Amino acid sequence: MKETDIKDINYFHKVVDCQYACPAHTPVPEYIRMISAGRFDDAYMINWESNVFPGVLGRTCDRPCEPACRRGRVEDQPVAICRLKRVAADHKGDIKHRLPDIPKQKNGKKIALIGGGPASLTVARDLMPLGYHVDLFDDQYKGGGFMRSQIPSFRLPEEVLDEEVNYILDMGIRTHFKHKVNSLKEMLTKDYDAIFIGTGAPRARDLPKLEGRAEADANIHLGIDWLANVAFEHTKEIGEKVLVLGGGNTAMDCCRTARRIGGKDVRIVVRSPQADMKASPWEIKDAQGEGIPMFENHTPKAFVCEKGKLVGMLFELVTAEYDENGRRTLVPTGEADIFMECDDVLMALGQMNAFPWIERDLGIEFNDWDMPEVDKTTFQTSLAHVFVGGDAAWGPENVITAVAHGHQAAISIDKYCRGQDTKDRPNPGTTLISQKMGFHDWLYNAPVSSDKRHVVEHVDTNLALTSMKIEVEKGFSLEQGLNETLRCLNCDVQTVFEKDRCIECDACEDVCPTNCINFVENEEEDLLRQHLKMPADNLDQALLVSGELKTKRVMVKDENVCLHCGLCAERCPTGAWDMRKFLLNEAKAGR
Amino acid sequence: MSYIKSTFRHPSAKVNSLGFAKTAYEGALSTLCAGCGHDSISAAIIQSFFEMNIEPHKIAKISGIGCSSKTPTYFLGKAHGFNSVHGRMPSVSTGANMANKDLQYIGISGDGDTASIGMGQFAHVVRRNLNMIYIVMNNGCYGLTKGQDSATADIGSAGKKGVENQFAAIDLCQLALQLGAGYVARSFSGDKKQLIPLIKGAIEHKGFAFIDVISPCVTFNNVPTSTKGYEYVRDHLDATGTIDFVPERQELKIIHPEGTSKEVKLHDGSKLILKKNTHDYDLSSKREAMGIIETVREQKKILTGLIYLHEDPQDTHKKINSVDKPLNSLSQGEVCPGNAVLDALNEGFR
Repeated sequence: MKETDIKDINYFHKVVDCQYACPAHTPVPEYIRMISAGRFDDAYMINWESNVFPGVLGRTCDRPCEPACRRGRVEDQPVAICRLKRVAADHKGDIKHRLPDIPKQKNGKKIALIGGGPASLTVARDLMPLGYHVDLFDDQYKGGGFMRSQIPSFRLPEEVLDEEVNYILDMGIRTHFKHKVNSLKEMLTKDYDAIFIGTGAPRARDLPKLEGRAEADANIHLGIDWLANVAFEHTKEIGEKVLVLGGGNTAMDCCRTARRIGGKDVRIVVRSPQADMKASPWEIKDAQGEGIPMFENHTPKAFVCEKGKLVGMLFELVTAEYDENGRRTLVPTGEADIFMECDDVLMALGQMNAFPWIERDLGIEFNDWDMPEVDKTTFQTSLAHVFVGGDAAWGPENVITAVAHGHQAAISIDKYCRGQDTKDRPNPGTTLISQKMGFHDWLYNAPVSSDKRHVVEHVDTNLALTSMKIEVEKGFSLEQGLNETLRCLNCDVQTVFEKDRCIECDACEDVCPTNCINFVENEEEDLLRQHLKMPADNLDQALLVSGELKTKRVMVKDENVCLHCGLCAERCPTGAWDMRKFLLNEAKAGR
Repeated sequence: MSYIKSTFRHPSAKVNSLGFAKTAYEGALSTLCAGCGHDSISAAIIQSFFEMNIEPHKIAKISGIGCSSKTPTYFLGKAHGFNSVHGRMPSVSTGANMANKDLQYIGISGDGDTASIGMGQFAHVVRRNLNMIYIVMNNGCYGLTKGQDSATADIGSAGKKGVENQFAAIDLCQLALQLGAGYVARSFSGDKKQLIPLIKGAIEHKGFAFIDVISPCVTFNNVPTSTKGYEYVRDHLDATGTIDFVPERQELKIIHPEGTSKEVKLHDGSKLILKKNTHDYDLSSKREAMGIIETVREQKKILTGLIYLHEDPQDTHKKINSVDKPLNSLSQGEVCPGNAVLDALNEGFR
């Protein structure tokens, strides 16, 4: 194999699994260390810079970082990254003075944001400090978009959302709430230098052709619309027997909400096997914890009405069969159909984008699915000053992805307004700094805690079910949180090897707890991977390969389960190994 | 302060045939200087006993004084151990072996502990053919007292202070050969590929097994002018042949083309496979072994590998005709059979 080029920032970036997996590339280990040091404001600000909504995300993030966490490969459970983010948000002081200054002298450019969700707010956050004039349009009465209308307040208290939305709105954004934009053409006449569309994926899937659908309409509700109605207190109750169709996170929120406003026998019914459900495992667990049973492999067959009113649903039993490509077919088992009584049905079968308000003759190209063509890098449409991000761009994702889109779109808008090429993307800022303080002394907490993942406590279920306003999760106590921070393996503190200093004493190889380090004859990668002390079977994880040493061998380190404990550097007599902190801050508009 | 070794190990680490993970063979984290050759030898010992499937509590590790003699703390933490008096490891080992011959004895010593203060003890444990492994971690200097030349330092070799050694070096392998050791080998701490099979062979060998391991002192004797520094040793190695240890019953995995290798059978049926090289000689000939050490030395090189192997079934216990049972398992009645027996014995002398 060729010598690893550690100057390529992607190499070390990829070693920081959590940060790499995060759509916004939040420097996770860095803020966890800040929490560990009791520097909650600093931890919060690192998050705020990167993901804009730390308090919201610390409760509701889809956490792509956690399945990626190296700790999950070393033992059973990853670090509770998401809940640590909440620790930073819960324990911070007043950070208003640390928010960026907004220039009084504007730069003369006007931007319109359509939709007030996380993508739009991120664009605003990034552009306001640069002197832009920003107008925000949303049909709700407050900012936050789906974060407000779709995430029930027992998971995300309104104060938390308001606080973080207001940090941005208070930068001097001109808001136009309860203002539904019905025509992009009209917006285009308003002289904006750029328009950003962040309207989410607002249309729920329905079962329009299912028998009884029209007759039972009064008691059939589309999940996202219903959740919004509950959030805005238009809907205050539901029948005692509720069936929730669908297996995603919206379904989980629907059923838990139903339990709080009158639902006693609330059931989740999914077409597929439970294992294929899209909802996050922890959300499924929380729903089950509230006494909500799940029925798998039940395909809806009919809404059953009596005297023009819904009384139940009929389901066909199926079994999932998979072809060699893993494609699933649901095959009826032939058993008798199942009838379930119900008063109301909530449908959470997925969402789609919808752009009835974008005229098709404006110069914005639409693709075969009748969606606007959006550039994956610049978020620009074929109409150069119109940008799209968040769920509106390519369908439903999550808050953190919307934030990542917002940052990128802001870069593009800024470049566009300056007359620069939007394709020319700025590089992230990186530093690589030795953590050595002295003999056996490092700037980071090198010893590895062997604690198991700490569990966040919930309020008593009976109490929780009495109100929409009682937050179910209590969050980590300070002590739990601090102990959880110590589980982080500090993957950003990189093992850097300088071959010219190495005397091949094998000390590092001998001391490494997880046998990552090898001194071997060089070969092609696939052979090399098999010939290490521990076969490097995880192909997603890179090998750090040195140049040729004096004995003609090379040093090969499998990054897969390195604990970043620093023992290699500790036991190196010549300083050939060093522990250096790699900090990557994603590029932002104007910087 | 870090310096705590995590308890996490590679998730796909295997257990041996006894069901033990390698951690069962590890010890405390070393407090020797970073880069010390001794740590590599400790690692080789851990690996060897792990792979040989020996229960840790059936091993006794005994050492004298010195950097080398600290190492038993760093390996086989679950084995019996005795850190004895300077140069007296052989006596303590002998005593322990007399009391319980069922344990696997591994003695750890250094060049000072063996070739200076313990020279007399060393000579006698060899000639008694005590059933043990005797490893010398040989760095040619007294590391614990700041690097003075030891008795194994070569003439002309200079450590960190830069003063050339004027006194003749003791070659411990030649000494062991002369005194009748049945298994004599030399290796280098930086060559585990060779050292591990040698230790495994020594574990299987019945009788006295001696391994002299050159183990650079990274602090006081790892300079270009020293003949026991990493660089010099690597540049001057000359092996008797690369070596594989093949346990009993295991098929030969690597097929050596005919005539390119030779097998050395150990008493239990396991084998050492030596790839032949220019030093093709009769391993069981003491005279040839002596000769080859000299020849290689004249070429200013260091002979490593298995140098001599001749199993002598007469270990100390056989020679002194001790009972079959370990002495520590004899009952009071067996050890002290009473007046009647004493009287009969005395009668016999009249």
